[in-house]
Amino acid sequence: MSEEPGDEEEPPSFEERLKAARSRQGLDAPPPLTARNAGGMDGMSPWGIGLRVGIELVSALVVAVAIGWGLGYLFGGKPIFIAVFVLLGGAAGVLNVWRLFAPRPTRDRGR
Amino acid sequence: MAAGGIDALGQFQLHPALGPIGASVNFTQSNLMMVVAGVLVFGLLWLGARPKAMVPGRLQSAAEMSYETVLGMCTETIGPEGRSYFPFVFTLFFFILFGNLLGVFPYFFTFTSHIAVTLALTVFVVGLVTVVGLWTHGLHFFSYFVPQGVPAVLLPLLVPIEVLSYVSRLISLSVRLFANMMAGHVMLEVFGAFVIMLGSAGIIFWLPAGFSLAVNVALIGFELLVATLQAYVFAILTCIYLHDAVHLH
Repeated sequence: MSEEPGDEEEPPSFEERLKAARSRQGLDAPPPLTARNAGGMDGMSPWGIGLRVGIELVSALVVAVAIGWGLGYLFGGKPIFIAVFVLLGGAAGVLNVWRLFAPRPTRDRGR
Repeated sequence: MAAGGIDALGQFQLHPALGPIGASVNFTQSNLMMVVAGVLVFGLLWLGARPKAMVPGRLQSAAEMSYETVLGMCTETIGPEGRSYFPFVFTLFFFILFGNLLGVFPYFFTFTSHIAVTLALTVFVVGLVTVVGLWTHGLHFFSYFVPQGVPAVLLPLLVPIEVLSYVSRLISLSVRLFANMMAGHVMLEVFGAFVIMLGSAGIIFWLPAGFSLAVNVALIGFELLVATLQAYVFAILTCIYLHDAVHLH
């Protein structure tokens, strides 16, 4: 508040204080998400972002190759599984990166 | 440190701790640091919550701020339901944070620099997220893997991609934490070895040795940043995954 004792501001009404308290306790719908944008990538250096993108790409590929190799092993050493899953894994990696950078929808309700 | 080479990975070797008792049950220094981290977190909250002062002191402030930060992270990211998952996220965040930070101290060990540890944490997180999704949505949870507004012809292609993207969280989450912590400590080791090797090589090398020492000082500061940031990233990603499981898309 200001220094002059003259202008006394109206104290916040009960509704306002209740609203503030409720949002503080997380009882109301949260304000537009900020932390969700880019999953905590806000303060990251370009190097950090690059590392994250690389990890996303590679990890999807690693999982896919592991699954493809396992299926091929189970079904008698056929290389078709690993061939298919490498492609799927690459696509999943790109999907992960897209999720990382995609513009977030402004919290549409009821989905 | 032998003058012949730099043993950058030797620091990650596990040794039995606590003498013969620890050796008999394979209790390593990594396990010891986990216990230390847990005790420190518990101590911070226990001692911080004890005064119950209206105007908090320093320790109470730290405890309250850590509580409110993580609570805010949960409710902002997951939504109002986030309060149910607050204890889990809080435990996870502070266990990893203290594990990362303890590694910066000399003679201490960074247990988060082992993929076995981070992968175990990640398996737990992804398992919990899946259970939460199944618990709240039943079998409807599997619609998470079906993108909306896509022609049915493409679904046989897209559903496996979505499933792979879901499973790859296991790797990306664990490797990110592990790689960051390990890389930082390897750099510290390498530049620390430079100081000794150059310093003992003769007086003309003292200048580059001093430079390496300065780099190491800067790296310690950088490690503090990375330790906090990676713990935060791990926790916020856990929150995002929980959000997806609770809300589906």
